[in-house]
Amino acid sequence: MALSNLSLTIGNGEFVALLGPSGCGKSTALNCLAGLLPLTDGSIFLDDRRIDTLPPERRDFGMVFQNYALFPHLTVRQNIGFGLKIKKVAKAEIERRVSAAINLVQLSLHADKHPSQLSGGQQQRVAIARAIVIEPQVVLMDEPLSNLDAKLRHEMRSEIKRLHRELGLTTVYVTHDQEEALSLADRLVVLHDGKVQQIGTPEDVYMNPTNSFVADFMGYRNMISMDLVAGGSAGKYSLRASGLELTASNLFSGAAAGKVRVAIRPEDLLVENALGNNISCTVKSVEYQGKDFAVEVSTEQGITLHIRTPKKLEVGQSTNLTVPSERVLVYPDSDK
Amino acid sequence: MSGVTTSARGFNLKSWLAERGVDRLLILLIPAFLAMVAFFIYPTMYGTYLSFHPMDAKSGALGNYRSFFGDPYMRDSIWNTFRIALPVSLINVFAAIPLAVRLRHRVRGKRTINTLLVIPMSLGTVLVAEGLSAYLAPNGWFNRTLLATGIIDQPLQLLHNFWGVMISLLITGFPFAFLLTLSYISGINPKMEEAASTLGATSWQRFRYITFPLLTPGLAITFCLNFVLAFSVFPSANLLGNPAGDSHVLAVAAAQAIVNNYDYSMASAISVITGGFELAVVALVLVMRSRLYSGSTSGGKG
Repeated sequence: MALSNLSLTIGNGEFVALLGPSGCGKSTALNCLAGLLPLTDGSIFLDDRRIDTLPPERRDFGMVFQNYALFPHLTVRQNIGFGLKIKKVAKAEIERRVSAAINLVQLSLHADKHPSQLSGGQQQRVAIARAIVIEPQVVLMDEPLSNLDAKLRHEMRSEIKRLHRELGLTTVYVTHDQEEALSLADRLVVLHDGKVQQIGTPEDVYMNPTNSFVADFMGYRNMISMDLVAGGSAGKYSLRASGLELTASNLFSGAAAGKVRVAIRPEDLLVENALGNNISCTVKSVEYQGKDFAVEVSTEQGITLHIRTPKKLEVGQSTNLTVPSERVLVYPDSDK
Repeated sequence: MSGVTTSARGFNLKSWLAERGVDRLLILLIPAFLAMVAFFIYPTMYGTYLSFHPMDAKSGALGNYRSFFGDPYMRDSIWNTFRIALPVSLINVFAAIPLAVRLRHRVRGKRTINTLLVIPMSLGTVLVAEGLSAYLAPNGWFNRTLLATGIIDQPLQLLHNFWGVMISLLITGFPFAFLLTLSYISGINPKMEEAASTLGATSWQRFRYITFPLLTPGLAITFCLNFVLAFSVFPSANLLGNPAGDSHVLAVAAAQAIVNNYDYSMASAISVITGGFELAVVALVLVMRSRLYSGSTSGGKG
């Protein structure tokens, strides 16, 4: 359907995030894993067992849904115990494990309430407890935090991190929020248009996006069309655009002399005078953002750049920017 | 003066009502309410009043009721009505469930099936009864086919008895039960079943523990509506049943009181009795329903 060529091996206890904008196929991938969508092609193995031919109820995956999908006619305790009851676990054992799960997600005070009596965050905790109490081989989470407000989202993020650390459950987590993915995952899979763009550790994906799409998605707001001058020595590539000259220390695959796309993160543009990569510009707008300022500047030739700086700049003021050559990422022009 | 101050001058009907928790737009309900008074509440009350004023004034206010319950033939009409209405509504509701479960998703031919099911409802009971009286007759298509295929050697007696009424009520009541059940079942968030399946529940267990409990309150309402329809059965009891014998239902008894004896008062008493039994059954079902979960079935934040 909306997904092609996803090949991934997930280690035991690993936390993998599928990251991408809406419509990139990440939820499709998760639903295929869970067995809720049929796989048109390819296969899924759990250890050495092929599972893509099994219906969802026989895959032994716990799933946390975006809208929680709690059973409204059952109490918190019954919701969490549902999977164990279906699996015909002994009553005393169910009691023990459900109570443990309720404590784990800190809902002891709400155990006998119905879902409609709980807040969004509490409902999310029930959904998580319900998925992990069956001790599944893999936990699947489909944008579990997207319906919560910012503060709660942060709290639940730490909570998920803590649960993963304590229980060591193999987790596949779908999100469109790169901050969420960076902070939670051991490994990121960036998807776009149903195709894998990059697989790597959070640091890897954040610092070295493999193409301009990933760079754009990971917050490299400055995307400049430039010319790569032929004949640069290794580790020193010259770039030119109208009135702008930069040096980059490495090129991404496919970038060759001629038109290229240059990606620079706002945080990497520093407000100071330096010998290399000096950009003179005028401040166009300043947004106060608490710990720093988001500033929009323009070069004399009219190239707009976004920077983040703790320095207080005034609109209309002239200033100099610099960027380390290793933070100038050069991509071929064709991929967008 | 700035424009934001609230005027204290004069009497503002809207805010006066709002303070008392009344929405001004409720005024729009007045015509409908008047129509209800004129065409439902007044006739009902007048009928009830009539029922306590028997033709034979000497028999007292309860004379009609006394003679109804004192006459075994009349008394049996209660049992005759229940004997048809209860099984018909139960069968309709329970037969609607599997079909609605199947048809709630996109299925090929769903429109065709829906149309086929809705046609009997739009035809009306009289037309269906007329059609059945030819079709189910001893020399009708139904019996002829069964005879020709050798399944039976004597025509089945399906007319002018209990079965004719039963079949006709099943045909006209089922689409109604099906459409209601389908709309209730479509209101249940499919994600809940998906969640249950990832927790290990097979399709039967998902129905048993998730869909059915969430559907039950809707089924109770569907049953009530079907029961009320079947309880006041008249055309098919007359045309397909044996209105003097085992199809002497309450509606037939009331009609005969008017047609044979010109006794509007007695007919009103029978109608009041009919209404009383209907209300009792509906109340019983609703009390049972109130003990079940009857909140949102859409899941998510309530």
